[in-house]
Amino acid sequence: MKYRLHYLLLIPAILFLILFLVIPLFITLLSTVRTDGGWTLSRYPVFFQDFYLRDIYFRTLKIAAITTLAAAVMGFPTSYYISRTAKKYRGIYIILAVFPLLTSPVVRSFSWMIILGKNGIVNDFLVRIGFIGEPLNLLYTEFSVIMGLLYLFLPLMILSLVGVMENIDSELLRAAESLGASRLTAFLKIVLPLSLPGLVIGASLVFTGSLTAYTTPMLLGGDKTQVLSTLVYKNALALFDWQQASLVASIMVITTFTVVISINWFSGKFNRGEAG
Amino acid sequence: MNEKGKSLTLFTFLVYLFLIAPLLIITVTAFGQSEFLKFPPDSFSIRWFLNVFEVEMFMRTFLISLEVACIATFIALLVGIPAAYVISRYRFRGRKILESFFLSPVLIPQIVFGFSLFNYLVIKLRLPVFTGLLIGHTIFIIPYIIRVISASLANFDYEIEEAAVIFGANRIKTFFMIVLPNISSGVVAGFILAFINSFNNVPISVFLTGPGVSTLPIQMMSYVEYYFDPTIAALSVLLMGMTTVLMFIIERSLGLSYFTSK
Repeated sequence: MKYRLHYLLLIPAILFLILFLVIPLFITLLSTVRTDGGWTLSRYPVFFQDFYLRDIYFRTLKIAAITTLAAAVMGFPTSYYISRTAKKYRGIYIILAVFPLLTSPVVRSFSWMIILGKNGIVNDFLVRIGFIGEPLNLLYTEFSVIMGLLYLFLPLMILSLVGVMENIDSELLRAAESLGASRLTAFLKIVLPLSLPGLVIGASLVFTGSLTAYTTPMLLGGDKTQVLSTLVYKNALALFDWQQASLVASIMVITTFTVVISINWFSGKFNRGEAG
Repeated sequence: MNEKGKSLTLFTFLVYLFLIAPLLIITVTAFGQSEFLKFPPDSFSIRWFLNVFEVEMFMRTFLISLEVACIATFIALLVGIPAAYVISRYRFRGRKILESFFLSPVLIPQIVFGFSLFNYLVIKLRLPVFTGLLIGHTIFIIPYIIRVISASLANFDYEIEEAAVIFGANRIKTFFMIVLPNISSGVVAGFILAFINSFNNVPISVFLTGPGVSTLPIQMMSYVEYYFDPTIAALSVLLMGMTTVLMFIIERSLGLSYFTSK
């Protein structure tokens, strides 16, 4: 291959992404800093001065943070259990985690509408045992959005963690215990540090996923509990405020990239610190 | 297994109950008799399954979703396989950056991508909505294709390819006769993963659907807004059946360990 013709094979993919991803996104970002005669950054501070919009921004961050924390708390022990299970049974746990992941988000969110609705399972149960007189408004709250997102993204956390925990040698733990380390010490000194890379990947997947999810907040949060993604939709297709929709979209992109870059930077720094 | 205490076993059981119960609840509700979603139902029937086939919009949008997912996946394979081949086969400057670039569509919030694409293709360039829908789906599934194909190329022995070339086969023939058959399981798995993700997508489609062009998930969302009967539950069960079949194919072709080794 004298002329390195094989590099031509990259061109369709590069062209596709530039034409249909880079340019459209660039136009959206650019429109937020352009005015009739020049440039301005003032739209961004104006967004954050508005109480209503600022609330939605921080609510979105809060929901993503709580979902990530809950996924870590539920996922960590579960993944550890799976990683210590005999290999031939491990597949069953993996299948049961992958199945919801491949099921439509509409279906998965809908199931929580049945569970948390006015006549849903939870309310039905609480009324029947006499704990409450009237059904509670569980749907269209931050709580229902968090439950839906946790349900959506917990499998990602479990799969990321199982991936690294599988490689922790059981002999290592047995050795630590036989040398006098308590089970807790062995866990804190061996399991936790060795699973950290999986935890970081899982947490960044869950956090960015929750930050940008649309289907679940739309179905389980509705108009009452708006987040950034539903705000983009509302501004564009309900209010036809293109300018504002672009602004919210750009803020979402900037926030997501900031999160991803800082997680990468932080985990890189941490790993180097461990090694040195 | 003394390293797994009783409380850990119970904890894992409860977490898995959380993962599975909602899907079981949908399934049981779908077989209810009454007009309202109720769990557990008072009496059972399959009338809501029959109703799914009565709602003309569901049938029509199902076919559109199928069409979009198949065409988008096919284009993504055409564009993605050569790119994955070059970045796994050759070492060159900027390879890492290029790889991140190919995987970058997953980093962009999908609702933002859908909005930007609508703004650019449909409003500015005046392309038909359906073309926009196809392009949007193609771009966002390219990373799935690149990732799966690269993973299967990692196990491919390029010596075989070199041998074929030495014996006089040309590069293109070698690719189709030697490389492609060796990564066929990766191609199948990539196809299915990309297909599922396109078929289930909402945030991109929500901007790129219009009068006459809608996808099944979008149609389901607007149905839920107005009706709260078990039809959607029945449709969900049918879709879960489809997921089961596709997952079985992934298991056979790629192995489910792919999901824990990213």
